[in-house]
Amino acid sequence: MKGRKLYSMIFGAALVLLTPAAAMAEKLVISNWDGYMPKDMAEKFKAATGIELEIAVHATNEEIMGKVTASGGEGFDVLFVSSPFAEALNNLGLVQPIDHSKVPNLANLYPEATQLKHDPGNVFSVPYTWGTTGLCYRSDLVKGSPESWNDLLKPSDELKGKVTMLSTDRWLMAAGFLANGMSVNTTEQADLDKVRDQLVETKRQLLAFDDTTFYSKLVSGEASLVHAWDGWCNYGIAEKPEIKYVIPKEGSDLWVDAIVVTKASKNPEAAHKFIDFVLNAENGKWVVENIMYKSPNKAGMEAIDKAMLTQYPNMAITPAELLKFEQLRDLGAGMKAFSRSVSEIMAAK
Amino acid sequence: MKPQHASWLLMAPGLIWLGLLMVLPCALVFVLIFFERGIYGGIDWAAPTLENIRRVLDPLYLSIFLDSALVALSATLIALLIGYPAAYAIAKAPPPRQTVLLFLAILPFWTNYLIRTYAWIVLLNPAGLINAALSGMGLTSEPLPLLYTRPAVVLGLVYSYTPFVILAVYSALQRLDPSYAEASRDLGAGRAQTFLRITLPLTAPGVAAGAVFVFVLSIGNFVTPDLLGGGKFQMVGNLIYDQFLSARDWPFGAALSALLIALMMVLLFAQAIATLHARGGHART
Repeated sequence: MKGRKLYSMIFGAALVLLTPAAAMAEKLVISNWDGYMPKDMAEKFKAATGIELEIAVHATNEEIMGKVTASGGEGFDVLFVSSPFAEALNNLGLVQPIDHSKVPNLANLYPEATQLKHDPGNVFSVPYTWGTTGLCYRSDLVKGSPESWNDLLKPSDELKGKVTMLSTDRWLMAAGFLANGMSVNTTEQADLDKVRDQLVETKRQLLAFDDTTFYSKLVSGEASLVHAWDGWCNYGIAEKPEIKYVIPKEGSDLWVDAIVVTKASKNPEAAHKFIDFVLNAENGKWVVENIMYKSPNKAGMEAIDKAMLTQYPNMAITPAELLKFEQLRDLGAGMKAFSRSVSEIMAAK
Repeated sequence: MKPQHASWLLMAPGLIWLGLLMVLPCALVFVLIFFERGIYGGIDWAAPTLENIRRVLDPLYLSIFLDSALVALSATLIALLIGYPAAYAIAKAPPPRQTVLLFLAILPFWTNYLIRTYAWIVLLNPAGLINAALSGMGLTSEPLPLLYTRPAVVLGLVYSYTPFVILAVYSALQRLDPSYAEASRDLGAGRAQTFLRITLPLTAPGVAAGAVFVFVLSIGNFVTPDLLGGGKFQMVGNLIYDQFLSARDWPFGAALSALLIALMMVLLFAQAIATLHARGGHART
């Protein structure tokens, strides 16, 4: 969920860490979003296991998906991707099953985190973070409190030109689907057309599309209401307590970022050790305290400073509540029609 | 070694470079057009189709081409209006100062393009410096919507590409033999007439080169519309970018790219002909 846009990609590419590996040492190549795990992960992991980590970064799911489908996964051992992409990689036969006997820390996960729709039983993926998508707003600038997706999609006069939306395709469309009571995974042409027409209207009322800096637009007061992932709204709350997060009454999607091991991995043994390491309580805690996302890692969530739950109320959303929301799934062949609708929205004036 | 062989040898690195990094990728673009995307991106080689061409010709997408061309054209005209006088002033300055002024003109290139574009966000946003100054002076009560608009995109493009006009026009002015202008003055033409009938026509190739530079770089730009247009206003570059990196529809992206490449080829060709004409005219005088 981190930085999905070009500029972060360019910065990211410049930041790719190429750790020169000793000829004999075991080595693992990881690809993750920049800043999505502790900076000293490679050192800590080496100290614990003696295995070298080479960390590559990707700015978007699509970017790593392009690389992996082009090379058949060759050159990567472990990938961090959002769940629909993990599912797609599995459908393409590019990831390998997770051997639970080699990942004892799977016991740290909430039971709910083993029942995710994209991969019940964690057969080929392990969840890393999860959360909701909703409305993040300035309670001092918005009259009343927003409660519906339509407050975003059909902004009142005072909010016109003061709202932003996510432009990453699945979440952009999900806002429209949820507002109309549709599945966030629908690819029915009638649904796509209806939501496309609605979003073209909405686009004319937006301040901007923004996937990376929407929370700072709230802090500066440029925007009053933004479409946001819950964790990113927390970045705004940290700077301005007047910022609040709400899941609209029509519901949210449940997004999950997951870890997979490529089928092409030359060192699955070490890859499993890495996943086990990521799932320890200390790393789970780091995720919550630094990325401000909820973690499916129960041991990690229980280790955090409880003051966070009051300061950032969306952190307190329970796994059971999360699982009530529909998870984004791989759309398979439906993706063609879906992408087409998104292109038409973005192209419309 | 025969001189012929030597010249091939000297050209070889350039030709290999061009062949591998320019001709081959362009050829690939033109091949991709005729296939369908795979479900997970990539190409479905088993399904040749003309659908992508049909889709590019959809009025929705054609209007983006037209729009991008208009934005690029506005940027070009404004860049010329700013760049020509600047180049003229630099060319007329005493030589030591010319070096300093030229250096200043290209100084912005030392900073990353993204950072320079972000700087405009700092200036233009509703809580930004310009709006703060305007409301501070009591000129506005509500912040003006400067950012995330079409003029903001044009402004960003003009800012980024005007130095190309300055450099192109400056070098044309440098090559201009001062005796032509002197002759014109001796024969009784005023400053304005000398400029319009001698200097401007003779520097036309420089103007054309600068203009094509700005136009071509602007029409394919996707960073500036994204940052300063807020993603609401798409140019053809954004459309292509999205097809490759977000929609994973390479064939459609290729079809859009092919049309853009064709458009640029026509422009560059026109510019080459214009330059050739100007040179021919020059030789005859």
